[in-house]
Amino acid sequence: MTLAITNARIVGPDGETRGTLLVEGERIVAIGAVEVPDGVETVDARGRWLAPAIVDLGVFAIDREACRRGGIVRVALMPDQSPVLDDPGMVQRAALVGRPDLWIHPLVAATRALAGHDLAEIAFCQQAGARAVATGRGWIADTAVMERVLSYARDLDLAVVTHAEDGALVAGAVATAGETATRLGLPAAPAVAEALAVARDLMLAEATGARLHIRQVSTAAALDLVRAAKRRGVAVTCGITPAHLHLSDIAMSDFRTFAHLSPPLRSEADRQACRAAIADGTIDVIASGHDPQGPEAKRLPFADSAPGMAGAETLLPLALMLVRDGLCDMATLFRLLATHPAQVLGLDAGTLTVGAPADLILFDPEAPWRIEGDRFASAGNTPFDGLPVQGKVLRVWKGGRELRG
Amino acid sequence: MSHSDHRPGTLIHGGAVFPHRHLTGIEGLQPHEITFLLDEAEQWVEANRSHAKGDGRLAGLTQINAFFENSTRTLLSFEIAGKRLGADVVNMHAAQSSVKKGETLIDTAQTLNAMRADVLVIRHMSSGAVKLIADKVDCPVLNAGDGRHEHPTQALLDALTIRRRRGAVAGQRVVICGDLLHSRVARSNILALTALAAEVRVCAPSTLMPPAIERMFVTPYTDFDAALEGADVVMMLRLQNERMEGALIPSPREYRLRYGLTPERLARAKPGALVMHPGPMNRGVEIDSSVADGIQSAITEQVAMGVAVRMACLDVLTRRARGVEGWA
Repeated sequence: MTLAITNARIVGPDGETRGTLLVEGERIVAIGAVEVPDGVETVDARGRWLAPAIVDLGVFAIDREACRRGGIVRVALMPDQSPVLDDPGMVQRAALVGRPDLWIHPLVAATRALAGHDLAEIAFCQQAGARAVATGRGWIADTAVMERVLSYARDLDLAVVTHAEDGALVAGAVATAGETATRLGLPAAPAVAEALAVARDLMLAEATGARLHIRQVSTAAALDLVRAAKRRGVAVTCGITPAHLHLSDIAMSDFRTFAHLSPPLRSEADRQACRAAIADGTIDVIASGHDPQGPEAKRLPFADSAPGMAGAETLLPLALMLVRDGLCDMATLFRLLATHPAQVLGLDAGTLTVGAPADLILFDPEAPWRIEGDRFASAGNTPFDGLPVQGKVLRVWKGGRELRG
Repeated sequence: MSHSDHRPGTLIHGGAVFPHRHLTGIEGLQPHEITFLLDEAEQWVEANRSHAKGDGRLAGLTQINAFFENSTRTLLSFEIAGKRLGADVVNMHAAQSSVKKGETLIDTAQTLNAMRADVLVIRHMSSGAVKLIADKVDCPVLNAGDGRHEHPTQALLDALTIRRRRGAVAGQRVVICGDLLHSRVARSNILALTALAAEVRVCAPSTLMPPAIERMFVTPYTDFDAALEGADVVMMLRLQNERMEGALIPSPREYRLRYGLTPERLARAKPGALVMHPGPMNRGVEIDSSVADGIQSAITEQVAMGVAVRMACLDVLTRRARGVEGWA
């Protein structure tokens, strides 16, 4: 089986190449000015962009159709499932359930039942398909436990994916302390809760030599800590979701529960710091944080509602806004969306090079559409509901095989 | 975010003086609309002192007081207000446990709506819950307190008390002291008093002060004595019992040391300054009995104003449904 995609703007690791991408079997065999052999299935890209399919680091639900629409072919599944992914059987089942269209890379719970006390059977779960260790939606409060999680994961060469909010400070809070939370009368925690958690985990990562991936960093103070740690050579990477790049806490006004996120939306100054951290390379990963929630979890008073947004279908257009705003170029954007997340997970994927898996998306970065939550594949809980955006995924291939809706 | 997103109710076509369908908060009310409600309440202040305390203008209408959080005083005040206007008043006490889940809240709203209430008075322990219900029902909704968010009729009755006792609200230096962090009374009062051009100072230990409160056009103080300098009105807030023992303040007696309104402290305010408290009071903690019962106290008058203000709100919000000329 051979496939040729011609007349494409190909997003390679070092920039754009125009021409043809040739696939044989599941892998890319040639890129650039390639002679297309006779009798090969040919797709004329007509000058549109061909990029590595998105590797979404940290989703809470398996949502195949939303992922296909969003150009996502691999997801790292958070351990916060029911039951929790702290057991080899559960991990193995999760790793197989999406294939062949969606490859699910489970993140094993750092501690049993995510309770923050006893280590889960991380090595067994690694054998069963876990690609990293994760603390889930919460932070491990006990510093001794966290130190052991990092040490143990280092032995297995697994990254530890953390949630960075000091648990005591954010207990009961649903918003970032500030004018909006005060006016709405919402329980709030100071933004420094994030930097406190990041500071501890960075020091532990440095001391243990473990690989640390902070799944979402959303404040200036925490980004400064990550920036400084990277300069010291600490093996740290960090991520963000589009909500913290495009929205500030004002989006919670009128008690809009779709804007109830974890971590909560931050001040405008912090949002600007996040955008600057995209531009200077401090942020390594952009992920959807996909967490569809139905009306029974969202049509509630704000403080009683569940946090989280459905993000898979809107990840690409919201990320493309960063290119249009001049914060990064297309090649950098796909390092954030595909290459870096694949590296954190230790995957041979996420880049368009000869020999790499043919996980591809063909997309039009200009195509306009309007985000409408009630047209989403599953739940439509997005704070971007109604927003006009640009950027549509046209076709998706996983291992050289096209995915169709 | 457009201005209309902050309005507490949708506009009623043709309603000019008070164009809001609901009263979910002071936020979004124009100063003249607040003044209008205060003016409307004046007639009931007089009537409530006579034998004929009201009239039957709400006769045949059903007023449901749906209280998802325990209350004695506010519930009683709304019940009396409705009855003095001739409404059929029904009280619904929803046990806290059964309404913790939101499906129940929306379901309850739809149930109340299906029962064809003509006006709903709602109290709930979650900020924003009253607006959530207001968006779901066809009749006017009055917020009787939602979480830490707003308690608009309390702010109106406080403004009316100040206006009657001090002649005006504008230019008055009002000190609000106590647990501002958890207080819906404080939020609504800040919004109403600043809208009516009072100078508002807020005073609390930093553990009970909401972040960025100065963005609501008030001056924050942690030193009560300094805040009291030249005050025309001293408004004390209730300190909840569960917050007295160590978590947010060390002890009731230490709270009294720094924030208790004693006769000595009150002397720092202007001579004859008005003393207010939304009740129920912790005598000997946030306020001394001699001050609460003293000549400067307006605390019982606040209760009387509460009934008048709630009568005015019930009247105004049902005018469209009753086909009052100019409102239909």
